[in-house]
Amino acid sequence: MISQFWKFHGGIHPPQNKYMSTKESIGKAEIAKHLILPLHQHIGESAEACVSVGEHVLKGQIIACPQGYISAPVHASTSGTVVAIEDRPIPHPSGMSAPCIVIESDGEDRWIEHGPEAPYAEIEASHLRNLIRSAGIVGLGGAGFPSFIKLNPTGKTIDTLILNGVECEPYITCDDMLMRERPHDIIAGAKIMQHALQAKRVLIAIEDNKPIAYDLMKEVVANEADISAVKVPTLYPQGSEKQLIKVLTGKECPSNGLPLQIGIVVHNVGTAAAVHKAITLGQPLVSRIVTITGDGVKEPRNLEVPFGTPMQALLDQCGGVSDDLDRIVVGGPMMGYAMHSTDIPVIKTSNCILACTKESVAPPSHVMPCIRCGACASVCPVHLLPQQLHWYSRAKDFDKTQEHNLFDCIECGCCAYVCPSNIPLIHYFRYAKTEIWAQEREKDKAALARQRHEFKQSRIDREKAEKAARLAKKKAALAASKETDAKKDSSKSDDKQDAIKAAMERAKAKKEKQATAPKNTDNLTEAQQKQIDEANARRAATDGNTNVAEKQDEPTP
Amino acid sequence: MQLNTPSSPHLHGPSTVTGTMLCVVYALLPGAMLYAWLFGWGVIINILLAIATALASEAVMLKLRKRPMAMFLTDGSALVTALLIGIALPPLAPWWIVFVGTAFAIIFGKHIYGGLGFNPFNPAMVGYVMLLISFPREMTTWMPPLSLGENNLSLLQSLSYVFSGSLPAGITLDALSMATPLDTIKTELSLGKTVQEISASPLFGTLGGTDIQWVTLAFLGGGLWLMHKKIVSWHAPFAMLGTLALLSLLFFLYDQSAYAPPTFHVFTGAAILAAFFIATDPVSGATTLKGRLIFGAGVGIFTFVIRTWGGYPDAVAFSILLMNMAAPTIDYYTRPVVFGHEREPEDDR
Repeated sequence: MISQFWKFHGGIHPPQNKYMSTKESIGKAEIAKHLILPLHQHIGESAEACVSVGEHVLKGQIIACPQGYISAPVHASTSGTVVAIEDRPIPHPSGMSAPCIVIESDGEDRWIEHGPEAPYAEIEASHLRNLIRSAGIVGLGGAGFPSFIKLNPTGKTIDTLILNGVECEPYITCDDMLMRERPHDIIAGAKIMQHALQAKRVLIAIEDNKPIAYDLMKEVVANEADISAVKVPTLYPQGSEKQLIKVLTGKECPSNGLPLQIGIVVHNVGTAAAVHKAITLGQPLVSRIVTITGDGVKEPRNLEVPFGTPMQALLDQCGGVSDDLDRIVVGGPMMGYAMHSTDIPVIKTSNCILACTKESVAPPSHVMPCIRCGACASVCPVHLLPQQLHWYSRAKDFDKTQEHNLFDCIECGCCAYVCPSNIPLIHYFRYAKTEIWAQEREKDKAALARQRHEFKQSRIDREKAEKAARLAKKKAALAASKETDAKKDSSKSDDKQDAIKAAMERAKAKKEKQATAPKNTDNLTEAQQKQIDEANARRAATDGNTNVAEKQDEPTP
Repeated sequence: MQLNTPSSPHLHGPSTVTGTMLCVVYALLPGAMLYAWLFGWGVIINILLAIATALASEAVMLKLRKRPMAMFLTDGSALVTALLIGIALPPLAPWWIVFVGTAFAIIFGKHIYGGLGFNPFNPAMVGYVMLLISFPREMTTWMPPLSLGENNLSLLQSLSYVFSGSLPAGITLDALSMATPLDTIKTELSLGKTVQEISASPLFGTLGGTDIQWVTLAFLGGGLWLMHKKIVSWHAPFAMLGTLALLSLLFFLYDQSAYAPPTFHVFTGAAILAAFFIATDPVSGATTLKGRLIFGAGVGIFTFVIRTWGGYPDAVAFSILLMNMAAPTIDYYTRPVVFGHEREPEDDR
């Protein structure tokens, strides 16, 4: 059991506003006429479509296969016909489009044949991971990292598996409602994950602003020896993986490192429930719970939504949006991104659709200059100095931003939240990061170009040298033959010439003697003998060449 | 439907620059009012004149620099600068002293560098030091507390002196003014008197100077309130007053007759005002917590050294400016250890 909590630096207490969406139980989203399933719903490589337009598919059928290791398949989220495979707008801050498979629902919502393979305890861990992979399960907390990778202990001893039910972002309640309504699914999934990881204990972390969920989870795990529910004091951004590990275990996951390295794995509670469905029922991941909330929507609530459902349909099902709607945010108000339109589909990582009116979001007040008050530094959960990072980002002094550990920034938004000058700090940091990435790409490109250029230059030089050597040889041969001709012509023999010839012959004889009788060659090992033989062979080869040249030099009688 | 797509976060906390600056103003008011109550109308005239000059200079500079007028005039920063200068000047100073000092602070201490947030030096201290160096006579003519004064001026008499330099018949400026406790200690120690003999004068109270010690206590209260409101952190004030007290204690213990006690150093002059309201200036001070400790300690050391061996009776303004110069370097070398960059030793639960 946990007897004490540790603290990470900083953190804030923004207004929670979670009550809005917990009044009603989790509903079922109506199946939209057209479901738009992006091929890229996770971190890693995109999946590749493995159905064609016109094909009829069943719910749970794989329609896009993973490419590479860090990837996940996409399943049809209802039965129907594939009507298009084309670029559609996807949930992305830039409002960009990407390849999607569009399914026209046939209204039957018919499952593909599926069922459990065996009780999980009888399945080998590696096969378990394969099953979880082919069920398309990715982290449902919002990041979307393929879960099977995080269920591989890779030879490490896993001390603690943490199930993240913290849900520290304001407004979002999908994990809260899941814990309230399906606690047994979560525990069943936790056991499967624990089995795959061979983890010694499981901690289910829940913030104390979710008392109902905590009490239920505590009750459900009462008889489990090594699974316990832990109530942690509410603090944003406690749900961030590394911060949560620190709070529960006191361990600091190294920068650039993975929790696995310190024997800890963190999964979202929703992911655990999905693992349970995949292994116990054989159902792949085709839907998730989404919180539709904010004061811009009339009836905020949680819905179980098949992937690909356009967000507009969900907003309509929740009574529609109010007239003074300002923005639609996917994710929470602290880290979520504002959408360009509502025709965007729900994907595996869409945990919340937040409809904001002008009153509920940050007022569009002026941005003032930084007064270096340090409020940002005092709330930064990574202990950065946002005021300095802002200064250097503005000055485009990107070396200095890296010196101040820009890339440790988790973009939680605490600094911008407390900034009295209302500076969009996260925006500056993202800008600096992208600039640095672009510069690095440029540098790589330049290095490659330089390498190519140098290779080409050395090839040209080599060819030139070879050509010069050939020419020189030819010239020498020519000169030698001319010389002999001249010699032939002159009747009297030249003393000087004879002396040179005699000297050359002496030198050659000496060289041959050396070559035939090397020193220190007694008592050689086999390997040494072999080396010598090889060397001799090489020498013979080069000698052969020089001999040819020498022969040419030799006067013909 | 046109949706807004700004960058995250989509929430913002309640704090604003104006709110922060106004809190500083509120924290200064009790001390300022007590100061006026104990030292006369001159204090109020000083403050009002400084405020008028500061806002006018700010407006002119914003106009010249083509910056949004309303946004920066209402940010409260010029108000804070003006208040600090008004409080720091000798009570009853000619109008042009206030005017020149404040205008210099706003124009050359602030806007020349790019305005709010970009000034490397505390503007109020820039203005104050300029006056101290350029107009030593006016800047060293201090009024005693009303309780010690024999010819206290009324509001009208004060106004008449400030704007025309004329005093009521039969009263000279020399008769009105009196040396400050810090000045007295300095000059009389050099005449060979002991601290005990000097502080027997009615000019000295239990903590610091008569009456001025209460003003100082009021500023201390305001400063603590700012700390409670989390507008300023404890680091710089604690380090500055701690260093000043420690140094003066060491020397006081070494020779009680030649060095003033630590209570005197802390509660006299501008030490407390500077510790809570000037050393905590975020723009010109250090921004890291460890840096603020070093910054405060530096101010404390310089204050003690200049007060004790330097040419000026008080030294807070010089000390602040000196440490302002060091702030960027201090910040660079006091960066906190970032999460995950230094493995913490394994815990033993």
